[in-house]
Amino acid sequence: MWGVLVNRFKQGFRTLSYPKEIPAFPQRFRGRPVVTGPAVDMGKCLFNADAEVTYSRDHRMAVSRQEDLVLKDHEVKLAAALNDKARRIFGRSLKLREVCAGSCGGCDAEIQAMGNVVFDLSRFGIQFVASPRHADGLMITGPVTKNMELALKKTYEAMPHPKIVIAVGACALRGGPFEGGREVHNGVDGLIPVDLYIPGCPPHPLTILDGLLRLLDKMEKGV
Amino acid sequence: MKPARFWGVGKVGQEDLNVRNGASFGSERVPVLEEDAFRRRVLEECSKGARLVNLFGCAQDGGNTRIFAMLGMDQEGEIAVFSMTVPGGKASFGSLTPELAQAHMFEREIAEQFGVTPLGHPWLKPVRCHPAGGYPFYRVEGEEAHEVAVGPVHAGIIEPGHFRFQCHGEEILNLEIQLGYQHRGIEKMMEDVPAQRAVLLAESIAGDTVIGHGIAYCNIIESLSDTEAPPRAEAIRAIALELERLSNHVGDLGSLSADIGFLPAAAYFGRLRGEFLNLLMDLSGNRYGRSLCRPGGVLFDLDREMAEDFRGRLSVARKDLKEISGLFFGRASVLARLEGTGAVSARAAKELGLVGPTARACGHSLDVRTDYASGMFRFQHIPISTALSGDVYARALVRWLESQRSIEFLLETLDQMPQGDIYAQPAALKAGHMALAMVEGWRGETLHVATTDSNSRIARYKVKDPSFNNWMALTMAVRGAQVSDFPLCNKSFNLSYAGHDL
Repeated sequence: MWGVLVNRFKQGFRTLSYPKEIPAFPQRFRGRPVVTGPAVDMGKCLFNADAEVTYSRDHRMAVSRQEDLVLKDHEVKLAAALNDKARRIFGRSLKLREVCAGSCGGCDAEIQAMGNVVFDLSRFGIQFVASPRHADGLMITGPVTKNMELALKKTYEAMPHPKIVIAVGACALRGGPFEGGREVHNGVDGLIPVDLYIPGCPPHPLTILDGLLRLLDKMEKGV
Repeated sequence: MKPARFWGVGKVGQEDLNVRNGASFGSERVPVLEEDAFRRRVLEECSKGARLVNLFGCAQDGGNTRIFAMLGMDQEGEIAVFSMTVPGGKASFGSLTPELAQAHMFEREIAEQFGVTPLGHPWLKPVRCHPAGGYPFYRVEGEEAHEVAVGPVHAGIIEPGHFRFQCHGEEILNLEIQLGYQHRGIEKMMEDVPAQRAVLLAESIAGDTVIGHGIAYCNIIESLSDTEAPPRAEAIRAIALELERLSNHVGDLGSLSADIGFLPAAAYFGRLRGEFLNLLMDLSGNRYGRSLCRPGGVLFDLDREMAEDFRGRLSVARKDLKEISGLFFGRASVLARLEGTGAVSARAAKELGLVGPTARACGHSLDVRTDYASGMFRFQHIPISTALSGDVYARALVRWLESQRSIEFLLETLDQMPQGDIYAQPAALKAGHMALAMVEGWRGETLHVATTDSNSRIARYKVKDPSFNNWMALTMAVRGAQVSDFPLCNKSFNLSYAGHDL
């Protein structure tokens, strides 16, 4: 018992004050691409350092519509809030069900990391639930392998209305490195309607959190 | 070169081929044995202590399939490579599995990928394909027996797979695991895509083993092109590999804490895992180390200033790890839950060819970093950590011990980084060659093999994630256990679905 208390005292308070304060990302962090020439499709971007893309250190990338993934200039149309009715339903409590449909496990690890004490997702009223019957939204990772297509669709159908769908990571957006592969689809689009696109390979937990908070209109004004 | 031994009738004079980790060799040098001789040699070497590191097929002209065996002789640090041909008209060979359980998954994979039947295989079922008629699950019948089906979509935030339990009350009589939901066709894609994309695919085999698979891929390309990555690049790769190990081992200890309901340790370990991921992000710009390893070296340097910063942060992490682990392993209620749960016997571990921390927790001192040392590990050694009991406790303990040793290795390596370049432009691939590369990823032996055709293109790319060996361990661990012990047992292995399914 004393050991637990002593440890608790030593560990201190570790939760970020996000979104009030945004932590500094390291120099080499590859965030939202900067458009220097032709348009950049964030959905197709794999955020690799050897791609012919310049990256900023801005972690904010989530958008509401697929066409908004394509950056033509330095303007970016970040995700819009849900309509009033949907916000009344989901605003204080959003229960999500996660389905991994062929991801490498990277995006899922970052989604899981959002639950740790540093990001502490549940302080925003967002939680992951075990059953699609209990869920308001579906978070999908991976390009959707042919072997997962049925399970994914069944999970979506098992959720009560109204429901939202969030595609996380390069694979779920456009197939990622597996785009065009024989065993996979090229992401969630065309299989299930998507309400929020979160680019990244994998997206940083704060990139995902940023998208969720924008959807629920919980972002500080002007951020 | 060892003197030739005559294994195959009609193959007099063909020399054995024993190679080291990271070697490449002309494909024509791989002995082709008659089926009987092939079989005898595998069984004989394995009875003398060799381990079936890989057994895989390769499509040949004329509809033939060539089957390659790679036997690891851990003591010598050498791998014996030989092969046999299965003619297209015959499309079958005598299964090794009845006499050598290690061959079990490999032979199923060959059957699925090439339509060649291992005759006499006792458990010839799909590995990754989902047959139209459903998967033929093993069933226990009887009035009091019942079945529990879980997945592919699980309750938590994890990858998909199907678990089928045959139970008598709470007792698990048998667990069968059907995977393949994550199958993305990586091996085939590696043969088709340009090199710039192939490395991204390699980094996406398993998202928590980006560095492990990344290094294996780089070693393959470097070996096939006679390129040597500069020593400084090797040091940076080793640093990243150990950071990856630390983040995963510490994360696993956190998951185990959460699964037994010991939440303080779960919270602290979870936070500590992030510290290691953040070090990787400082180094490579990505929390999992993506874009760090490229054939020829690494893309990011670790200068003196960063090394000092890392050393400082790792010293703090070492102190944290000590305190949190003390909290976890020092509690009688924690130990009572872990000890004796999900035990895998040392004998089963050997027979099934288990690798990595799972094998080490059963007392087998297998570790690619020591047995088949390559890169930085040739100059700086990490002692092998083992435990004996083979249960959840042993697997947790091995993770803790390895974490401590990884931190020591990092502190030392960061203090004496080799000078020089971090990248050497790789040359063109050699035609008609084969290369193999092994890396001790955090889950264990990660193996890549590639062959090139006469036009220097990749003709076959074979990946073996340690999960491929170790999923069987989970089914052994829960046999006779209670259904409610399954989540804890599963966490204690934390195997990759994506790595298995490819």
